[in-house]
Amino acid sequence: MTIQGWTLILVFTVLVFAMAKPFGMWLFALYEGRRTPLHRLLGPVERGFYTLAGIDPDAEQSWRRYALHMLVFQLVLVVFTYTVLRLQGVLPMNPRALPGIGADGAINTAISFVTNTNWQWYSGEVALSNFSQMFGLVIHNFLSAATGIAVAFALFRGFARREVASVGNFWADCTRVTLYLLLPVSVVYALFLIASGVPQTLAASVEVTTLEGIKQTIALGPVASQEAIKMFGTNGGGFFNANSAHPFENPTALTNFVEMLSIFALGAGLTWCFGKAVGNTRQGWAILAAMMVLFVAGASVAYWQEAAGNPILHQLGAAGGNMEGKEVRFGIAASALFSVVTTAASCGAVNAMHDSFTALGGMIPLFNMQIGEVVVGGVGAGIYGFLLFALLAVFVAGLMVGRTPEYVGKKIEAREVKLAVLAIAMLPLCILGLTAVSAVMPEGLAGPLNKGPHGFSEILYAFSSGTGNNGSAFAGLSAGTPFYNALLAVAMWLGRFFVIVPVLAIAGSLAAKKHTPETAGSFPTTGPLWIGLLIAIILVVGGLTFLPGLALGPIADHLAMVSGQQF
Amino acid sequence: MSKDLFSSLRPALVLTVLFALLLGLAYPLALTGAGQALFSRQANGSLIRQGDRVVGSELIGQAFASPRYFHGRPSAAGAGYDAMASGGSNLGPTSKVLAERVKGDVAALQTSPGNPAPPDMVTTSASGLDPHISPEAAFFQVARVAAARGIDAGAVRKLVADHREGALLGFIGEARVNVLALNQALDTMAGRGAQPVP
Repeated sequence: MTIQGWTLILVFTVLVFAMAKPFGMWLFALYEGRRTPLHRLLGPVERGFYTLAGIDPDAEQSWRRYALHMLVFQLVLVVFTYTVLRLQGVLPMNPRALPGIGADGAINTAISFVTNTNWQWYSGEVALSNFSQMFGLVIHNFLSAATGIAVAFALFRGFARREVASVGNFWADCTRVTLYLLLPVSVVYALFLIASGVPQTLAASVEVTTLEGIKQTIALGPVASQEAIKMFGTNGGGFFNANSAHPFENPTALTNFVEMLSIFALGAGLTWCFGKAVGNTRQGWAILAAMMVLFVAGASVAYWQEAAGNPILHQLGAAGGNMEGKEVRFGIAASALFSVVTTAASCGAVNAMHDSFTALGGMIPLFNMQIGEVVVGGVGAGIYGFLLFALLAVFVAGLMVGRTPEYVGKKIEAREVKLAVLAIAMLPLCILGLTAVSAVMPEGLAGPLNKGPHGFSEILYAFSSGTGNNGSAFAGLSAGTPFYNALLAVAMWLGRFFVIVPVLAIAGSLAAKKHTPETAGSFPTTGPLWIGLLIAIILVVGGLTFLPGLALGPIADHLAMVSGQQF
Repeated sequence: MSKDLFSSLRPALVLTVLFALLLGLAYPLALTGAGQALFSRQANGSLIRQGDRVVGSELIGQAFASPRYFHGRPSAAGAGYDAMASGGSNLGPTSKVLAERVKGDVAALQTSPGNPAPPDMVTTSASGLDPHISPEAAFFQVARVAAARGIDAGAVRKLVADHREGALLGFIGEARVNVLALNQALDTMAGRGAQPVP
């Protein structure tokens, strides 16, 4: 470990706090449906979309209607991308004449991108044409992020509104977030990436003759436009197989730093936006503080373990930190930090191969996903996931003091707590259930590349990533089989919408309640006591649920590693 | 419920089409136009030309086997530095395959107790296309390169030092050397131009 590495982690953390308010204000304007300076340029586009689609943006929707319209939109989007991928062979911009994708692969990828997971069983440069990448996939990088934010907005309205039956208009939320936030930022961001060396061309590849006279074919494409929204919308689906480790997706240490910040930008902004929406920005800061405590703890462990390296390789004369699966321009600190950022948020982009991390270094990303990616989290998904834990925390606090729990001016009663538990319980059900199934089926056991406990970690990681809508992988797992494509598609769908629908139900239930003013007897939800309670609830729920699984995987792997045992 | 469902179909279908056109075509195509106009070198892959020959990309590592050149890191991309098949080894910390490979890589280097193997020279990168090595890994190879070329080791060492890139602001990124740029400079120094190695 070096001072340089710790400086990186420290400066990064400070900048996350610094980003919260500016992005939060931007989000809050969209939450309220206010005019922004961008309306002058994009207002006609927004109005044109509403006219053609027959949308009245001011028509308020009940939570049921909001949820139903959201789900129908997701289904149409799945069908759209499934069709594009199946028909790849006859669609344009396919100079390498790549064939259409098989049914199980296409449904997996369509669901993967619609659910903001971006799990990729394929290698982008091998399997997909430029047309499939930009027309079939990039649209979801925007819309899945916008959907996440829309759901978060609906939940914020549930807390903020008093005795009404509506939580907003899904179409308006989704369209506004896309047009006035995601698109303009992506344009500027992509130009920065191009200037830094990320390709943006319609050519599929270029052939060069190396200094030693060997032919090398280099894959190219419209990478920058995908890369920008891939990070900013916490999607994580790489243009290339190596994702953000590929020099064309992440060419310099500076792009790497900006990519890490952009993963957290909207997640941090949404905490501020929440505070503003419920009338007390300190509520938002308390949430962000709790998140960042968990974040710094995770980043420190991952950095410590990766810098300490692998004793088995030390024995063989390869001294120093663990550089297997890492790029020299990022080094150990920025690789460990990136791995924690991308799994704390539901991004899933990688700038190093998590599969080759040390056992405990790789356990941190895994655990981040298992606690529901609530540490800053994916755009929208992070904050609404975190608020579920906040409801549990006030419920526990209420039990201890014997009072009906309240949170930001709303009484939290049986219905909300039941719905929160339902959503949170989906995680272990999918992750542990599907991992267990895969660990006994021959089709499942055919997947892992590595033997011993690390092979089990590969399976556990896959379902944690799929259910958490993360998309990163212990990529040694051969997941491009009908078995894994089907099971992971199920995990991704349940992990996304069996959380979103209960969240919207909570939003509807809260919106109908009257405001409960804070009194001297209310449990304070801004101070250090509250932050500590939040962290404890998240760790206890996550720890109790997943510790046995982690013991079989990374912890057993670690014990083997330090005793020199190989598989 | 059924009325709700029906009322959602038109917005869902129409917005899918409109957003596909806006985000799937207009956005990437406009950026391609802007990128090609403003940053044409980077937008096309940061290619390096020597005369009329394209010798590679500044950002993409390539395989070097000759002792006359500095070598990059071991690569797990295809058969090695296959820029159509990026990726890492994905071997875990307790993998026997990994240990065997590292053992072989260490043995292939001329290490000594005072001159151990640099970690990056015996590990594969994440992309398999890492264009860089650490300065330690470059200095490690100076004696071999100088001997193979029959030139002064001091001059080669100076060349490496000149190609060392440091961290931005002292903490963003790691010290590194671009292998292709270094080898090109080596050829230029030796007055060989870009002739393929016999």
